[in-house]
Amino acid sequence: MSNEKSISLDHGSGGLASQNLIGDLFLKYLTSPQLRDLEDCAVLGEHEGRIAFTTDSYVVDPLFFPGGDIGALAVHGTINDLCMRGARPIALSLALIIEEGFPLAELERVIASVGRCSEAAGVAVVTGDTKVVPHGKADRLFINTAGIGMVSHRCEISGKRARPGDAVLVSGTLADHGITIMSSQAGIAIGGDIKSDTQPLHRLVGALLEDYNCQVHVLRDPTRGGLATTLCEIAASSRVRIAIDEDQLPIRPAVAAACEMIGLDPLYLANEGKCVLICDARAEGAILHLLRSLPEGRDAALIGRVEAGNDGRVSLTTRIGGSRLLEPLTGLPLPRIC
Amino acid sequence: MKCADEFRSREITAPLVAEIHREAFRPVRLMEVCGTHTMAIFRHGIRSLLPDTVELLSGPGCPVCVTPAGHIDAFVSAVRRPEVIVATFGDLVRVPGSDGSLADARAAGARVEIVYSPMDALALAAREPERTVVFPAVGFETTAPTIAATILQAKRQGLDNFLVIPANKTMPRALEALLDDPQLQVDGLLCPGHVSAIIGAEAYRPLAERYHLACAVAGFEPADILAGLLSLVRQVNAARATVDNCYSRVVTAEGNLRAQQLMAAVFAPVDSEWRGLGAIPASGLALGEDFRRFDAMHVLDLPLSTARDPRGCRCGEILKGRLLPPDCPLYGGACTPLHPVGPCMVSGEGTCAAYHRYSDLKTSRRTAAAGQSTVRPYQGHP
Repeated sequence: MSNEKSISLDHGSGGLASQNLIGDLFLKYLTSPQLRDLEDCAVLGEHEGRIAFTTDSYVVDPLFFPGGDIGALAVHGTINDLCMRGARPIALSLALIIEEGFPLAELERVIASVGRCSEAAGVAVVTGDTKVVPHGKADRLFINTAGIGMVSHRCEISGKRARPGDAVLVSGTLADHGITIMSSQAGIAIGGDIKSDTQPLHRLVGALLEDYNCQVHVLRDPTRGGLATTLCEIAASSRVRIAIDEDQLPIRPAVAAACEMIGLDPLYLANEGKCVLICDARAEGAILHLLRSLPEGRDAALIGRVEAGNDGRVSLTTRIGGSRLLEPLTGLPLPRIC
Repeated sequence: MKCADEFRSREITAPLVAEIHREAFRPVRLMEVCGTHTMAIFRHGIRSLLPDTVELLSGPGCPVCVTPAGHIDAFVSAVRRPEVIVATFGDLVRVPGSDGSLADARAAGARVEIVYSPMDALALAAREPERTVVFPAVGFETTAPTIAATILQAKRQGLDNFLVIPANKTMPRALEALLDDPQLQVDGLLCPGHVSAIIGAEAYRPLAERYHLACAVAGFEPADILAGLLSLVRQVNAARATVDNCYSRVVTAEGNLRAQQLMAAVFAPVDSEWRGLGAIPASGLALGEDFRRFDAMHVLDLPLSTARDPRGCRCGEILKGRLLPPDCPLYGGACTPLHPVGPCMVSGEGTCAAYHRYSDLKTSRRTAAAGQSTVRPYQGHP
């Protein structure tokens, strides 16, 4: 395949070109023994606990952006979905849908990134699939990853478990990923301060649950729809109210400025390496301290409280002391025109 | 953004709020004209800080909301032509016309691109010479100068595949038409900061004098808005009707002359249909004689339908400040941000969308408790 510059339909045929692609490119960066065996499925070792299972598809545009790329998102996003139920991630699958004509060099960049991220996270890609569709039938590259994890903790972590009086925390700054993608799409040059926050949270969650399993009630990653939508979902499933304080929200000044410029609300923009954490108020100080001692949680903040009231209402006290309700995101976040 | 931060600090806003509470000893009805003000008032929870005596009405200053269904239909019929790309501000995409929205056309295979500036649409036309790029020119004096500059640039570049559908509107004449409505009882106008930066604070002087109306030009930070409201309350108390420029760091008396020249060079005033307000003389912008070849309505021979507003939709009365969104029979039921019927629900700046998305606790409490709604009380969180 050294003469080829782009993906052709042959690469998805299952024939020789497919085998070459797998051998020369995929196995160069994805090194787990199960994948190397090229069997129809991977057989995992024995693990203690209940099985957690999740899947997610990645269609981000652009594929490469400041702070990450579609490959990093595909690894981190699925790891994080597992962690949000307290599961320890064990293995990932990787399925690609590639548009005919997609440059091989870009595919290699993406697969190298998948390899790098999965190795750094210590969660291997153990099975995979590649399909190629004719030009125009897909937009360059779509990725699906599924993940398996094990839950061995005693107390359940769930969006239904927020209780009145609980503390609401976030593990770091908000809206970094969303504003990076929106401004890339808009073709607006952004400063070095603004980059995606894509990162895996399993180490942070592991450390947290090691000491505070039963004090942590809810973990949720505020991806699409942002913090506001995530809090609305939690408040609705737990049948409580949530009140947060705008003054306490960690948002980088450059991100806030870019949001103002494009006309977007940072509370509705995606995060790809942060979690919302709702915990027993008696443990909030210790948990905040622990989060801030970890690299993934150094900007963690206590942002509000869970309150009684079963209508799922989420309110924000604004910086000037006003109050407003937060609704879930509807439609796509669109910039205003003036 | 340090500058903006200062205008958001409680140290600056709290004394303004206290002063409004002291001065507003009798009921006063104030209208914020501009959609960006509506958004900011909700976003910062300003209503929840005001005394019950101060009532805020949202005016017709959301450019998407006042664009009539006929124009939306023209945008949609343009993009259905196989050779056409419609490059548009994002707000317009989901606004329904009488035969679907640009988003519906896109789902059916038409090419709709979101741009942040008309210059991006021109760049697209230069990149794709085999296609015709149509830019729906909506907005007030805020967008008109850059659209004019883009058309001049297209002329200089000799591009003949860049067209606009002229649908810009201008503000002072529309306010006049609004104030001529005897049913509209307003004591003061919070005048739009961005528009005023172009047309100048003095543009409102005739309104203040003719209608004996308090006017205050305000910016969009909480302190700006509160200072504007305080000025209006004080003017009403003193029975004064003047134009107080509370946004002098941006707005001058005469405005941005260069931008005004650009507009005058490219556009000519024309009678214009406003959704909800009807036809208002000389309140729209058509392309001047020398620029007709950029007018998509002529070049593509697009029909301008006289489509009526959707059945039951009360956007018109909401735009006039005569009804609140919860008074509309469609609000929150048939018409939601996810499935908008009327334009006030589609645009982020629309009064209904702002009510729905950013409703503040006090608004929901007060309306629901008083049960003053003619149709059904606002339940806060649907």
